[in-house]
Amino acid sequence: MTDLIDRQKLSYIAAQAADARLNVELETEGMTLNIGPQHPATHGTLRIIVRLDGEQVVWADPGAGYMHRGYEKLTEVRTFPQVTTLINRIDWLGSFANEVPFILAAEQLMDVEAPPRAQWIRTILFELSRIANVSLFLGDLGVQLGAITPVFMAFRDREYVLNLIEGATGGRFHPNFDRIGGVKDDLPKGWIDETHQVMKKLRNFCDEIENLLFGNKIFQDRTRGIGVIPPAVAQQYGMSGANLRASGVDWDLRRDQKIALAYDKVDFKVWTHPDGDSFARCWIRLQETREATKIVDQLLDGMPSGPVMAKVPRIIKVPEGEAWVSTENPLGEMGYYVVSQGDLGPFRVKIRTASFNNISIVPWILRGVYVPDVITILASLYFILGDIDK
Amino acid sequence: MAPLSDSTNAAETPALASDTLRQGIVADLRSALGEQLVDVKLVPNTDLWVRVATDAWREAGRALRDDGFHYFCFLSAIDWMPSPYGRGEDDPTAPPPERKTEIVQGYTGGSTRFQVFARVTDLERHVGITIKADVPDADPLIVDSWVTNYAGANWHERECHEMFGIGFAGHPDLRNMYLPTDFEGHPLRKDFPLLARHVKPWPGIVDVEPLPGEGDDAPADAGEGASDD
Repeated sequence: MTDLIDRQKLSYIAAQAADARLNVELETEGMTLNIGPQHPATHGTLRIIVRLDGEQVVWADPGAGYMHRGYEKLTEVRTFPQVTTLINRIDWLGSFANEVPFILAAEQLMDVEAPPRAQWIRTILFELSRIANVSLFLGDLGVQLGAITPVFMAFRDREYVLNLIEGATGGRFHPNFDRIGGVKDDLPKGWIDETHQVMKKLRNFCDEIENLLFGNKIFQDRTRGIGVIPPAVAQQYGMSGANLRASGVDWDLRRDQKIALAYDKVDFKVWTHPDGDSFARCWIRLQETREATKIVDQLLDGMPSGPVMAKVPRIIKVPEGEAWVSTENPLGEMGYYVVSQGDLGPFRVKIRTASFNNISIVPWILRGVYVPDVITILASLYFILGDIDK
Repeated sequence: MAPLSDSTNAAETPALASDTLRQGIVADLRSALGEQLVDVKLVPNTDLWVRVATDAWREAGRALRDDGFHYFCFLSAIDWMPSPYGRGEDDPTAPPPERKTEIVQGYTGGSTRFQVFARVTDLERHVGITIKADVPDADPLIVDSWVTNYAGANWHERECHEMFGIGFAGHPDLRNMYLPTDFEGHPLRKDFPLLARHVKPWPGIVDVEPLPGEGDDAPADAGEGASDD
């Protein structure tokens, strides 16, 4: 390289200095980036305002409420049996699971217990809702990371499960099948055999996803060690479901509470993961889908016979009292605090949804992460907008 | 916490054990709060409710957290005033029915129209507790915030603030969560009308069919439950 003459050197230094000055002038305090409300990564209308310093998030604020439907107010002008129609629509991917805790709370207040067969049908449909819900998550997860194939597989296999739910209840998305004292109908003929076959297909789907996605180097690089939530923080924010178990907390309401469902009759494993990162959360959901297919298989084999409806009065009046019942829904702990004053309808219903708490950690967890990781973290937390906004 | 290997059965603890467990929790809470623990309702082997004095609301949350209740479930409020509009199912042509106006608080009693309540869970002992406190009838309604006890209370208090108009002293940011910033009123208060029911009468009052086996002598309100069919 030839020597530079002094003038060239000076002009080079001057240019460098000018660049630096320009950078200083252009450099703002940071940049505000708006994700959503309409954005593929937000699963609906969630808006996230993030403040960036370069590529790093310094502050994030999720804005919910674009889909608030006021269910807590609406329940106050409904009778108890009418409420299930509303609460079906909270988490629309696993609708049946929304009905169960409310019905159980009403039954607890009325001191009614559903007959065993009804409890088993409830549990089966509950787990089918979980499979329908989480299989879509497993497909959608790929899309967030740029892999298109898994989502088609997920939609293909979820269809089988939705057909089963439709076959038993008459509704693909909103079954409205659970009643105080039991379920609306018995299972149709041939349903059990078909369900066994579908469960086999779903296990294949889990294997496919595991090979395709979880073994993928890019997927692992983008999720391992990203968005780590320590167990103490997860509990403080009330995170539940797979998000909590991915932080190593061994807590599952299917196993850890006494409830009038058939979970104590089956043998299943509650998966936990010590890492607490995005990968752990996704992995736990994969394992849970597989576990759910096994639960359904076991329940189908041991179905008790008998009526599917207990004796309840034609016009349901729920005695005075308060009850809290929560179950392990596909998204986490979902519960209803039902206050009755001896009327036809509830006096107050507090709906505790899983996604609301799971998403309230977003300002904490997004602090300091890089922009591309925002999407993977949000995807791995897994929320349904209706479940946040109620 | 139960090890993974025997993680299959629900009721591992014998039935009576959880009863002494809940009594123990009440005893712990009483020693931490003393007189401030106003009332206790214990349904054996099912659930536990306690009510604390308003001044002790934050302290009670801290006492529970330190007692092992690390998992925050929810926080909300109840408006105990009976709704002046009923369930919005009245016939608009008929004279307005008489409604009860007496405020009756639920479990663990109370003396104010509004109460805040929260639920926390102990994941190790597999037990949850619902804790309540009166909100003094002043303007504005204010109780202490739980944000310092449980970080997750932040959003729940924001929701509670816009829905009931209850302020939380010490909360960092009580912006509206669901409603527009210029929204007037607090939707979950009982005296906030559900306008959809006011502009159009509830169809249930016109399509009521008599239930099978019920003649004309059936009570007049019998039709309401039938709309489920």
